[in-house]
Amino acid sequence: MNGTPITPTPTTRTGAAPAESWEDLVTAALLGTDRRPWATAQPGREAPLALLDAAAVATVRRRAGLRPARAARRPEPTPEDPRPALPAAAARRLAALLADRSGAAGGGRRGSAPDLMELLPQWLAAATAHGYAAPPQALPALLDAARGRTDLRPAALAFAGPRALWLARLNPDWRFALRAAPGGGATLPGADDTEAVERLWQEGLFAERVALLGGLRAERPAVARELLASSWAKERAEDRLMFLDALRTGLAAEDEPFLEQALGDRSRNVRATAAELLSALPDSALAARMAVRAAACVALDRTAPVPAIVVEPPLQCDSSMERDGVVATPPAGRGERSWWLGQLAEAAPLGTWPERLGGRTAREIVALPVADGWQGELHAAWCRAAVRQRDTAWSRALLGSPSAPEAGGPGAVSLAERAKLLAALEPVERAAWVAGFIATHGLSEAFQLLGVCAVPWAAPLGRSVVDALNIARDAGSYPWSFSGVMGLAERCLDPAEAGRLEALLAIPDEREDAAPGAGGYWAEAFQRLVTTLRLRAEMARELAPAGTTRGPSRNEPPAQLPDAAA
Amino acid sequence: MTEQGVRWTAEQVLALAPDAASRTAGSKLGTAGPWSEAGSGEGTVWGLCKGSGSRPYQTVVDLAGPAYTCSCPSRKFPCKHALGLLLLWAGGDGAVPVSADPPDWAEPWLAGRRKRAEGEPGQGKGGSAAGPADPEAARRRAERRAERVTAGATELEQRLADLLRGGLAAAEQAGYGAWDETAARMVDAQAPGLAARVRELGAIPGSGAGWPARLLEECALLHLLDQGWLRRAALPDALAATVRSRLGLPAPADGPPLRDRWLVLAQYDTADAKLTTRRIWLYGAESGGTRLLLSYGAAGRAPELSLPVGLALDAELSGHPGAGRARAALGERFAPPAPAGFRPPGVSTAEAAARYGDALRDDPWLESVPVTLERVIPVPDGETWQLADAGTDTALPLTRAARSRPGLWRLVALSGGTPVTVFGECGHHGFTPLTAWTPGTNEAVPLC
Repeated sequence: MNGTPITPTPTTRTGAAPAESWEDLVTAALLGTDRRPWATAQPGREAPLALLDAAAVATVRRRAGLRPARAARRPEPTPEDPRPALPAAAARRLAALLADRSGAAGGGRRGSAPDLMELLPQWLAAATAHGYAAPPQALPALLDAARGRTDLRPAALAFAGPRALWLARLNPDWRFALRAAPGGGATLPGADDTEAVERLWQEGLFAERVALLGGLRAERPAVARELLASSWAKERAEDRLMFLDALRTGLAAEDEPFLEQALGDRSRNVRATAAELLSALPDSALAARMAVRAAACVALDRTAPVPAIVVEPPLQCDSSMERDGVVATPPAGRGERSWWLGQLAEAAPLGTWPERLGGRTAREIVALPVADGWQGELHAAWCRAAVRQRDTAWSRALLGSPSAPEAGGPGAVSLAERAKLLAALEPVERAAWVAGFIATHGLSEAFQLLGVCAVPWAAPLGRSVVDALNIARDAGSYPWSFSGVMGLAERCLDPAEAGRLEALLAIPDEREDAAPGAGGYWAEAFQRLVTTLRLRAEMARELAPAGTTRGPSRNEPPAQLPDAAA
Repeated sequence: MTEQGVRWTAEQVLALAPDAASRTAGSKLGTAGPWSEAGSGEGTVWGLCKGSGSRPYQTVVDLAGPAYTCSCPSRKFPCKHALGLLLLWAGGDGAVPVSADPPDWAEPWLAGRRKRAEGEPGQGKGGSAAGPADPEAARRRAERRAERVTAGATELEQRLADLLRGGLAAAEQAGYGAWDETAARMVDAQAPGLAARVRELGAIPGSGAGWPARLLEECALLHLLDQGWLRRAALPDALAATVRSRLGLPAPADGPPLRDRWLVLAQYDTADAKLTTRRIWLYGAESGGTRLLLSYGAAGRAPELSLPVGLALDAELSGHPGAGRARAALGERFAPPAPAGFRPPGVSTAEAAARYGDALRDDPWLESVPVTLERVIPVPDGETWQLADAGTDTALPLTRAARSRPGLWRLVALSGGTPVTVFGECGHHGFTPLTAWTPGTNEAVPLC
């Protein structure tokens, strides 16, 4: 009884008008007929019943006379989304993927059914790549999903399109969409609209300005830099740091004067970032200065019987080094000189070394012995340099052979660094390296490396993962020791591999030394893997625009599913 | 025969799920992986689902019901296997091929259902035509019940008179207890309709601004119902039937069966501690009428009848007695629900309000009427929402219940500030949207 009533009709009473208004009736009822005598129209009728008679007539009269209210101000219609609608099957799939959001998890064993929520990011990426518009009625669930999972937001919002931002302005629960979207939900001005760019830069909120700068930088790097330079002196230190970060995109030699100037900034963090950016430009003056300093510390020992590297770390950190971004004070537990050396070698262009070390290639240099235990420090610095300068040859050299014993264990180069180095290689080479690593070292150390491989996994990589899982099963361990890799495989393995997994679905005979019940759990895990791969193939097929794919494509499972065209 | 034309959508299948957990579990099983020997034909779908045990579960669905059987131990209805199987079938990619004959393990159950279906109409008609075995005893039973109801109504009138004598202001202090006791006495008097109204009365005092007016309204309508019963002999037949049904006296659906293609407009459940009530609104393609099916489930269990929104079923409905009331019973069904390809014609907000007013003439206790609004736009109005006509400056406010449901946002998203067609319930609380359509498509988007 608490709803908002529709506007009651003013007075459209016909016939014998009742003597009392509704308000009179309510007042009388509140006080009671004992306290306020009620004149009954009908002789002999008890007063309270007569009051109820009148109230009944009035109630029905009021309800029957309800009229619509006046319309409030209508919202601006959402901007047109020109993208084509999803194919029907894909729209149904999206509904199913989003419906899975609420339940799921619940802890314990995962059973053999696919984890649909884990497939949502992939589905969103594919749908966006095809250029489809999101079905409007799915937007609330999509926004709720993105609200709960920040990792999902960029893909979900890209797919959701302009209507989602329109919705987010009406529902505070979805405000995050406005923050995450470029320009805080307002459309960003184009790079050519100088006036609008200027205005937003002068008047916008911090998030809007960051988004503006980022967007502009991707499109017209020089314009973005000039915009930043125009107000640089007035910005707060934290803001300067964030803005400077935007220059990472499209970093080029033209940025050097500006960055060189930022080396003299009041804020130490701004100085460090400027130095880092400059060191990623091998031809910059800073890189040249660092090269001189680093080269002075590293030399070829010509007296040794076999060629070796000798290291003489810097004796002091002078003010010019500090101005170039070298942090003078080492973290607790590290020696000053090695700390300085690491920073110099990291910031020096890698091109410095072949010349300095007898014309050797990167691979030959990495193979040289390093005297007095400096190898770890030096190689680690080179790794950081290779990552920062995106140097393929040095990355390859530092990665070394995937089957080398130290690749899997404690070596000069850690697994985390190897993962970063891998990112500099072409996807095919990267996948081949990781495949080789897994073939030698198994899966227990591979998780980090698999994470940087392109999806779907290249055939050799997929095979080596499946083989390694198979070996782990035969060794009698439990599948949940490999649940991380298993989960990755569900998302990244090429669906075309599903057929090859058939043989793994059966429950093997239990070996005496195997963990109890492990065979059944493995069968279940592989079942889930196969089911998930099939599902991914199906999802991909559903997203294919009508009439484009009839025959099986590379992403489809081989046979099994009857041809839909039949 | 190709079944493409009659397959359901995943949403329609998922709408059958008794709860969120089943929906999740069912959608996980909606992939080809765990299924074997799946097939469909003649309005049935079957398949074997591999579970954790060595024997796969045997799942069969009769789409016409829909009715389900599964050899799994789940007591949910439909179980996750039936949902998964229907999803797989709805996917329509050949994982559930059309087959001439159901397998041996599915056949007995299907045959049983067919036999019963053939027997049913005869039974139903025979039942109402022949009447109870001993008409004299039945008459005496009905008389005794009428006496008890009369006693209850008389007592209730006394209670209402006392309340009005002392004043509603005193009711705020009196609290729940007295009303609960009165409600229990109405249950004893075999007048469940009175008992339910009395229980609601108890919740009104102190329920926020304007409660005295609301309490007076409900007391007055309760009084009107008492009076209607006590003077039922003087009422026209239809109104007397309405009074009886408002009191909760059983009345079989004895209207003539009306065959039509009934579009499932909406389906939603309300639950209290003891009972889940499911309301299904249907719209007849030919007859143009809107009818209500009610189905009940014991506490915590979903009612058995479930019809996917947006599909139409070729079936007969029989009306329950009562003036201006839409309630009907589902009779014979001639084909499984299939995509409808039409939607109900709509009216303006002013016409919708007028329709509710008209309906009160036949049934003054009516809370709302089913109505389809054409070309309306959901518009935020301060803390609330309304549906505004696209062309005029009139609007219907949404009910409080509708504002707190996720369906509101589906409606807003669907509209995007442009006109949509909305089916829902329109009454003195405002409008409750249940289903929406966008221009140019007959795809029904459920909002409840």
